[in-house]
Formats: sequence, C-alpha cells, structure tokens
Amino acid sequence: MSFLEQVWRWFGDAQHWQGTDGVPTRLAEHLHLSAESVFIGALIALPIGIALGHYGRFGNLAINVSNTGRAVPSFGLLVIAFQVFGLGDGPIIIALTALAIPPMVTNSYVALREVDPDVKEAARGMGYRELAQLLRVELPLSVPLIMAGIRTSAVQVVATATLAALIAGGGFGRYIVDGLATQDYTKLFAGAVLVALLALATELSLSAAERALVPRGIRLQRAPTKRRATAFKTA
Amino acid sequence: MAAALFLDAEPWVDWSWVSTHVPTVLGDLGQHVELTVISLAAGVVIALPLGVAAYRWTGLRLPTLGLFGAFYTIPSIALFALLIPYTGLTTATALIPLIGYNVLILVRNVIVGLDEVPRDVLDAADGMGYRPLARLLQVELPLALPAILAGVRVATVSTIGIVTITAVIGFGGLGALILQGLIESFHTPLVVGALMGVLVANFADVGLAAGQRWLLPWARSE
Repeated sequence: MSFLEQVWRWFGDAQHWQGTDGVPTRLAEHLHLSAESVFIGALIALPIGIALGHYGRFGNLAINVSNTGRAVPSFGLLVIAFQVFGLGDGPIIIALTALAIPPMVTNSYVALREVDPDVKEAARGMGYRELAQLLRVELPLSVPLIMAGIRTSAVQVVATATLAALIAGGGFGRYIVDGLATQDYTKLFAGAVLVALLALATELSLSAAERALVPRGIRLQRAPTKRRATAFKTA
Repeated sequence: MAAALFLDAEPWVDWSWVSTHVPTVLGDLGQHVELTVISLAAGVVIALPLGVAAYRWTGLRLPTLGLFGAFYTIPSIALFALLIPYTGLTTATALIPLIGYNVLILVRNVIVGLDEVPRDVLDAADGMGYRPLARLLQVELPLALPAILAGVRVATVSTIGIVTITAVIGFGGLGALILQGLIESFHTPLVVGALMGVLVANFADVGLAAGQRWLLPWARSE
C-alpha cells in the first residue's frame, strides 16, 4: 500500500472522526482559538488604528510599534505566554491576539489616512459634523483596506494556531506535533493536509466576505498600492 | 496567580548560563542567518525572472500569483509535515517552504514595481533607441527597485520569524533555543532566542532600509 493510500485510509477511518482526538473536535478547537483571538485583537486594534488615522497623529509611532511587534517570532511568543501563564487556552489566545493586532492597526491607520482630503472637505462643506463625517464618509471609504487587514490577521492567526499544539494546545496542529513525536508519518501528513485546507478556506472565505462588504460605490476603485505592505507571514 | 508565578519563578535570564553558552548561541545565530540568506537569495533568483515574465505576459500573472499565493497561505509547519515523508528531516525540507514564501512576496513586488514605471518614461526610452532588453535592464528594473527592495525587506523580516519554527524539524537557528526553553522549562534560552530573533529582524530591516537609501538616493520617500 503506497503512502498516499495510507493517508487516504486515515481519512476514511471512522475512528478519526469521533472523540477528543477526532477531526470535528480538533477543527472546533482550532476555530475557537482563532476566532476568539481575531475578535479580541480587532476590538483592540481597530479603534486605535481608526482614531490615529482620523486625527492623523502619532501615526509613525503606531506603524513603528507595529513593525517592531511583527518581528517577534510567533513561536517565541507562544512559548513565553505558556511559561508565564501556564497551560490552557488562555495563554494561547493571549499570544495569538498579540499577533493579530499589528496588521489591523497598520491597515486601519493607512486606510483612514488615504481618504481623499477633498472628500473630507466636501463632507464638512455639506455640514457633516466630525462623528458623522467619520462614520458616514471616512469609514465606508476605508472598508477595503480595513477588511484586508482583518483578513491578513485572521489568516495568520489560523496558521499560527497550528503551533499551539507545541504548548499542549488543541487544534489541527495536534496531529502534526503528535505524528512527528511518534514518527507516525500518516497522521503527520493527514494533519498537514487538514491545516493546509483550513488555511486556504479561511483565505478564500474572508476574501469573499471582503468583496461582499465593500460598498458598491467604491468597488471599482483601484486597490491602493500600499496594500502590498499587508503581505506578512508569522507562521 | 500570575504574580505568584512572577515572584517564585526563576529569573528570566540566568547570566551564568549565558556566559557559558556563548558558542551555542552564536552557532544558532549563524544557522539562523544562513537559512535566512539562502532562502532570500534563492527567492530573488527565482522571483526576478518570474516577475518580469508575469509582467510581460499578463496571461502568466494569475497562475503565478495564484499558485504561490496558495503556497504562501499554507502554514510552514504544515509544509514541513507534507515534505517530511519525501525529503525527511533535511535542509531541503526547511528551505523549500521558506523559498516559496519569499518568491510570492518578491514576484508580487516585482510586478507592482514594473507596473508603476510611468508610460512616458518607457516612450522616452523607446525614442532614445533602447532595445527591449536594454530598456528592461537599464530603465524599467532600476525604476522598479524601490518596490522590489520593499519586498526584500518584508521577506527578510518575515523569514527571520519563520526560521524559528524549523526548530520543530531539528533546525531552527535561534528557534532551537526557544524549543530548548520549552522542553526544559528553562526561561533563559527562551528569552535569549526570542529577544535575539527580534533584534536580528529589526537590525536587518534597518540595515536594508539604509542600504536602500544609499543605493537609491532618488527614492528617499519609499
């Protein structure tokens, strides 16, 4: 039986689809860790990025802090969180949240900064107050870049959540880490396939959500070239 | 509880360990730099012609960016795991994912950089009698350099972080120290490994930025 056939059988085996080490449980763990981290990260990062971008102050500081932050190796961050806070989901979520924040701060800041000053002036001329201008003019125009930041963060968090298995966490990474430890290459490979599929599914579904959420009026606008700065990989 | 942990726990850095392990740390640092430099150099060698080709023949763009984009989305630990049954715990297993990631970042920036060369400049170059190859090498690529070097910087910082994960397959550079800290529950190598990772990444980023300013004095704002 060839190796790939063995992997195929692994997926066909009903045992691997039930119980605490079954695919559905591991998927739920992986999604739970990722979703919670991205959500908390967004609650922290977006207000900061939006406020800094709107007022146009301390922007360089925010970007520099973000840049330094993303130089922290994700693996090191997870292990430090593990040694400071111990076992469990909490430390993993703290580390993943810290990784989720920088791209969202940078992108929402850049998004607000890139709103055309003429448009803002026109809004003021039409009698918009500051809050209305922010909510009804600047934010809708910023949606594409803000969403791109959320997507970048989410894809990286889902990828990095795989490493949670190294500090005794759950998720699909379990199969890879356990397979490696026991030299069970079938399990290792099957786990890798699951991780890869989940990462691709996250990217594709968030890209679709991004397209759906962009206001119709600005859909035809060319994506800002700054967008290339959002490419970043932590795992 | 956290306070108790902080109070009871061993010191974060045990300097006597550091002083006796300088050669180990330097060895790991060397491996880290080696893996980073090789994967960047290979990335540039592959991405430059590929990016130029995808710029020239627009039909190549979608398949190139799609293929490497999908590769880029897959976490490194999953790619290591997919390669291990075939290439084992070798340098190839560590390098192939790193190179692939760099190719994506660089190809994208080569295309963006070439796209941004103004039409007028190309017309002027044609008018001056530049042949296609000379125009590419002497006009287009130099003007695309700021974008390409921006890609090199992103690729460098991101590679330095990901190299630590190769510890899982027996390499790791500074990641080997982080793994040691995890396995032995010993803070010092962990802190030294993580901190040096941050320092190396920022040092490389600042160094490349300075190199870029020196190489491209006309593109200071990029």
